[in-house]
Amino acid sequence: MPHRSARSAARSAKFDPALDAAVELADVRFGYDRRRPILKGIDMVIPRGKVVAIMGGSGCGKTTILRLIGGQIRPQSGKVVVGGQSVPHLDRDGLYALRRRVGMLFQFGALFTDMSVFENVAFPIREHTDLPDDVVRDLVLMKLNAVGLRGAAGLKPSELSGGMARRVALARATALDPMIVMYDEPFAGLDPISLGVVGRLIRQMNDALGVTSLVVTHDVYESLKIVDYLYFVSEGRIVAQGTPDEVRSSADPFVRQFVDAQPDGPVPFHYAARPLAQDFAHVL
Amino acid sequence: MSSDVLVRGLRRVGAGTLVFVTRLGFATRFFFAVLYHTPSAIRRLQLTLREIYFTGVLSLVIILVSGLFVGMVLALQGVEVLDRYGANESLGIVVALSLVRELGPVVAGLLFASRAGSAVTAEIGLMKATDQLAAMEMMAVDPLARVVAPRFWGGVISMPLLAALFSTMGVFGAYLVGVRLIGIDAGAFWGNMQAAVDFRTDIVNGVIKSVVFGVIVSLFAVFEGYDAQPTAEGVSSATTRTVVGSSLAILGADFILTVFMFRGIGL
Repeated sequence: MPHRSARSAARSAKFDPALDAAVELADVRFGYDRRRPILKGIDMVIPRGKVVAIMGGSGCGKTTILRLIGGQIRPQSGKVVVGGQSVPHLDRDGLYALRRRVGMLFQFGALFTDMSVFENVAFPIREHTDLPDDVVRDLVLMKLNAVGLRGAAGLKPSELSGGMARRVALARATALDPMIVMYDEPFAGLDPISLGVVGRLIRQMNDALGVTSLVVTHDVYESLKIVDYLYFVSEGRIVAQGTPDEVRSSADPFVRQFVDAQPDGPVPFHYAARPLAQDFAHVL
Repeated sequence: MSSDVLVRGLRRVGAGTLVFVTRLGFATRFFFAVLYHTPSAIRRLQLTLREIYFTGVLSLVIILVSGLFVGMVLALQGVEVLDRYGANESLGIVVALSLVRELGPVVAGLLFASRAGSAVTAEIGLMKATDQLAAMEMMAVDPLARVVAPRFWGGVISMPLLAALFSTMGVFGAYLVGVRLIGIDAGAFWGNMQAAVDFRTDIVNGVIKSVVFGVIVSLFAVFEGYDAQPTAEGVSSATTRTVVGSSLAILGADFILTVFMFRGIGL
């Protein structure tokens, strides 16, 4: 435990959001329709080389932020800059060129079910390079070895456990050595061992490949172990942020409710409704 | 009260019309986008061949067996009617013209829609529901080029071949029943058929029909899959829409094509 705290403190000391941003969001507003805004002015900086978590309850707009960064959707207003390029202003070719430098791990892996594990990892390499087959083979096996699944190269996605599928998806997301890797709920539905493995791999991949990692999750415990910085999102706004140590010692009511898993607080237990007495009176 | 009902009814009709027109517009744009990506389907020939296997080769059993039975039933019914006029020997003509002009393309098209069209819709819909299409996009690979175009062209190429095989099996079935079972003269059966069936008028028009039906079924299949709600219920509804929509479109298109091909515009 002391070792983990020391390591975390060392990472925190190096963190400076203003330095060399890999991703920058400024006053970003978005809604799938005008009446129900999802993001209501998000400001966020993801520094190069760091692991940053975006946390918040289900439906708070975390995944929408990833979709904006990946250019799958455009903001109604505000700035989304990735690698120095304004994403909403990119044309199709520009967007695809950017996406070649951005890896993404989807919530349940999103592996291609008609391909083997090997073919899944080889997919982006074959699509974007003209490398000979033996070089592709070596690259794929290296990537699979990095996630501990070289031996599973011949399996189909249907033969993998949830944790294994997530690791294969991680190998695929880093196949082209991207500058940024985005993780959408990488810990969802995993057993404790797989959870630890995936968390450790995210950190290792980040440090070994020198990428920037953006992790969308609601798993506080696992995130605090591996990330350099956290943003808390609620109702479309950033309500708190800080390093893992700052989060652990924070007195902010939202952070406390989230970290301590309290059922009631700034995020209410009850869905908005009429007063209880009024409802019962109506029944009677 | 009655005006409220009327307003609600009009609103519902208006909303339904808007949805229909929007989807029609999207489908048209989608069709041109698929055509635009045709070169990539040719470049990825392996993928298109794979789709021909899945939609064409794997549909062979139902097409061949149906063709055989349709031909046999046609022969039985044909002989029953032709016998009244002493024209049994014309059985080959009746069967061949029915199959090549109409039943081959139409029935093969309907079977193709339920066997292959539904499978393609379900596959693309499930790829969407499990984020596989989004993952592809995020890897800078256009799903229209990688997934949709090969499946579309696989279907368009398979359909005329399946219709031809359906008609061939139908003729063979009619031969078995008419010549082998009932005892019509084999020379008259084949000779009359050869003399009456015209390559340009009958066979080429039949092939044109089956190509058109192939485009209809394939477009319905890929569009409905791509446009499906990414849920189990959404994929199920999309699959149903493919089968029902493409079957009705085949029947409608068949009538229009028949008018132009065999009767002229003046009917």
